[in-house]
Amino acid sequence: LSAPAPRAVNVDLQTDAMLQVDISDALSERDKVKFTVHTKSTLPNFKQNEFSVVRQHEEFIWLHDSFVENEEYAGYIIPPAPPRPDFDASREKLQKLGEGEGSMTKEEFTKMKQELEAEYLAIFKKTVAMHEVFLCRVAAHPVLRKDLNFHVFLEYNQDLSVRGKNKKEKLEDFFKNVVKSADGVLVAGVKDVDDFFEHEKTFLLEYHNRVKDASAKSDRMIRSHKNAADDINRIASSLYTLGTQDSTDLCKYEQMLSLNLTWSCLHKIEARIAADEDLKLADLLKYYLRESQAAKDLLYRRSRALVDYENANKALDKARAKNRDVLQAETSQQLCCHKFEKISESAKQELIDFKTRRVAAFRKNLVELAELELKHAKGNLQLLQGCLGILKGNT
Amino acid sequence: MADTARDAPPEQTDFHELEDGEELFPEPATTQESQPASLAAEDISTNSNGPKQDSLFDDDPEDLFAEATEEVSLDSPERDVLLSDGPSPAITPITPPTSVITPRIGHTHDDMFTHSSFDEIEEEEGGDSFDIHISVSDPEKVGDGMNAYMAYKVTTKTSISLFKRNEFAVKRRFSDFLGLHSKLASKYLHIGYIVPPAPEKSIVGMTKVKVGKEDQSSNEFVEKRRSALERYLMRTVKHPILLKDPDVLQFLESSELPRAVSTQALSSAGLLRMVNKAADAVNKMTIKMNESDAWFEEKQQHFENLDVQLRKLHTSVESLVCHRKELSVNTAQFAKSAAMLGNSEDHTALSRALSQLAEVEEKIDQLHQDQANADFYLFSELLGDYVRLLTAVKGVFDHRMKTWQKWQDSQMLLQKKREAEAKLQFTNKPDKLQQAKDEIKEEIEELEGKVQQGERDFEQISKTIRKEVSRFEKERVKDFKTIIIKYLESLVQTQQQLIKYWEAFLPEAKAIS
Repeated sequence: LSAPAPRAVNVDLQTDAMLQVDISDALSERDKVKFTVHTKSTLPNFKQNEFSVVRQHEEFIWLHDSFVENEEYAGYIIPPAPPRPDFDASREKLQKLGEGEGSMTKEEFTKMKQELEAEYLAIFKKTVAMHEVFLCRVAAHPVLRKDLNFHVFLEYNQDLSVRGKNKKEKLEDFFKNVVKSADGVLVAGVKDVDDFFEHEKTFLLEYHNRVKDASAKSDRMIRSHKNAADDINRIASSLYTLGTQDSTDLCKYEQMLSLNLTWSCLHKIEARIAADEDLKLADLLKYYLRESQAAKDLLYRRSRALVDYENANKALDKARAKNRDVLQAETSQQLCCHKFEKISESAKQELIDFKTRRVAAFRKNLVELAELELKHAKGNLQLLQGCLGILKGNT
Repeated sequence: MADTARDAPPEQTDFHELEDGEELFPEPATTQESQPASLAAEDISTNSNGPKQDSLFDDDPEDLFAEATEEVSLDSPERDVLLSDGPSPAITPITPPTSVITPRIGHTHDDMFTHSSFDEIEEEEGGDSFDIHISVSDPEKVGDGMNAYMAYKVTTKTSISLFKRNEFAVKRRFSDFLGLHSKLASKYLHIGYIVPPAPEKSIVGMTKVKVGKEDQSSNEFVEKRRSALERYLMRTVKHPILLKDPDVLQFLESSELPRAVSTQALSSAGLLRMVNKAADAVNKMTIKMNESDAWFEEKQQHFENLDVQLRKLHTSVESLVCHRKELSVNTAQFAKSAAMLGNSEDHTALSRALSQLAEVEEKIDQLHQDQANADFYLFSELLGDYVRLLTAVKGVFDHRMKTWQKWQDSQMLLQKKREAEAKLQFTNKPDKLQQAKDEIKEEIEELEGKVQQGERDFEQISKTIRKEVSRFEKERVKDFKTIIIKYLESLVQTQQQLIKYWEAFLPEAKAIS
């Protein structure tokens, strides 16, 4: 299963003529997806102006983690990693359908199969889009786009030999996260002198939680919509069966068929609405859930640096008082000071950019959502009025 | 057990005056049972009119139920039933329901008879000129505690002159409806008429209402029941035969109705009914009928298939109703969440837009709720009604089988008696011979009559079923079509609302800068 290059980009980006990245193709094999990453660039570091490589999800994660672990990038919002492609649910449904083939009519089976295949395709397109967005964000960032690992990722046409984390490494990660969140709580308690950052901290905390909630609720809403659409699909098949069974009276047959047509239309209506909401609303919220987390991580790193700086100050005072290891303490203090100031400077800009991006993305998606809903409602209205015309005229 | 006031002469004579074909029963003595059914066109001749049927019906009141089929509930007043058993739609001048009943004498009467076949008259009746509308409304709780019940107002609007007035209302309770159905079923089912089934009892639902729980679910229950009762009555009066039944008329018109106690779920009559039903089921399995008429076999198969399909459809629609309600709840929750998000957003325009989104979603949630109701009341209930109706249809086919069986039994008995008669020739007791011969001769004559009657009954029920099935199918298609159209119209409204909401929201979204 392969999809043409998707253009559903959730985040509004400024494309730079010097470096353009996209995912031009993707292939879904048994349990992995292979993305074709295509680059166009006039940067001197690259051997060619245009080239492509094949990458898998683990390699994206490797790239993201290398950014996070790089001290130099502590002052930036690291673009959130794309979520792992998850076809499990869809595959399970397809399998169940195959098992239950005997218990339903051919009509029903074909319909359900089409439905599930469409769902699979939708999930596929989405994962491609999310991986692409990640790359585009990196390419648009003035500092990250120059990262060496990024260039290797884009250009090196062999396997990066990045294996997925083994159990030990996963466990290490887990503990790191525990420590980090505990630390985060401690650090969050530190009141910031700078009003801007204090405000941002409060804002981000609340915003992140609310986006999480909204994301969960929108998922639930969309799932209900899909369930209703599935029911309607089943009803349409039943009506079709009734219509074809009832073929003794031609008039009745026609009626049943137009009924089936009506219900098939209704199904399309509900399915489309669910899909639109999913794309424009749910995905948007999910993305900003991840981005706001990345922003929080930045603030955490800054607070951490602040605490380190303050500790270094105290240590320096102590050293001066005891007149011991003063030089060492001075160097350490200077390093902390420098680190803190560097982070603070870039963090401010990053957070301002974050807001700009966020507002632009919401605007784009909300406008598109409203336009799509309108377009479909108008189309559906026409469809329904058409069906009504047939039924009413068909006495 | 005279639980109806059918002995009230005025009503009866009113009714019977209008039924002027009924005196034309060729064999009063033995054909009571088949009176209503045997009014085929062929039997009718332009005889005198005049209400002779009273005397007619008084003949042999017992005979009708001498060999009562199990379906007849033993608590119904058989005698009285006989009297009103005579709806003879075939020839009555009432038949075109919209027209005011013209006096049967003279020219109009002759006109009636020129096209007096059941089929033709039925076509007239089946047309759109059917003019009676019943509504069930104003549910009111009467009494307290476990003896409490819901009283419903039954309003009839009609121009059919069967009724004393054009518009009138009475108060009825649920058991009254059940009583009505019980009477109609005992009168008409066994001769092949598809009697619409009454709404189902619900001990749980009713108990909640009795106990006084004034919550959403008990309100929904009352509304569901009210709607079901209305549909039940409309279906009943749409049937040209049932419309004219005195029990129906009394139900709609008379202000006082004796309580139908035998309809209680746990009454002795109820238990007896259950026992009889079980006996039925066993009997049905043992009847092997030689079907000479492929039409019946075909139709039975058709109804079996239809039953399966409708049940499946019903399940899907119920699932849809459930999911739609879920969707409504989830949409409301999302709306709240979006509002919260809007509150915490510090960009003013975006914040406002998100609040607007929340409002739109709230309105949409209401739309979903309304849609779920439409799904339920228009579709789900309709399908439920038809699943139950199909049971009545299948019952009617079963009755035909039983009628056939009865006929065959009589024939076998006759055969035996004839053999016995033949054997008599060889007895050696000459003195007793003559007596025995006479006895057997009498018995044989009687049996011959029974066999003939059995055959006629069978033919009659077969004929009735054909007409009923044709009527049923027409009604079914019409019903479904009407409901679908209503449903689509409700959907059209929903889409129009959606367009309004999103059109209002779009500029807000665009205003984000």
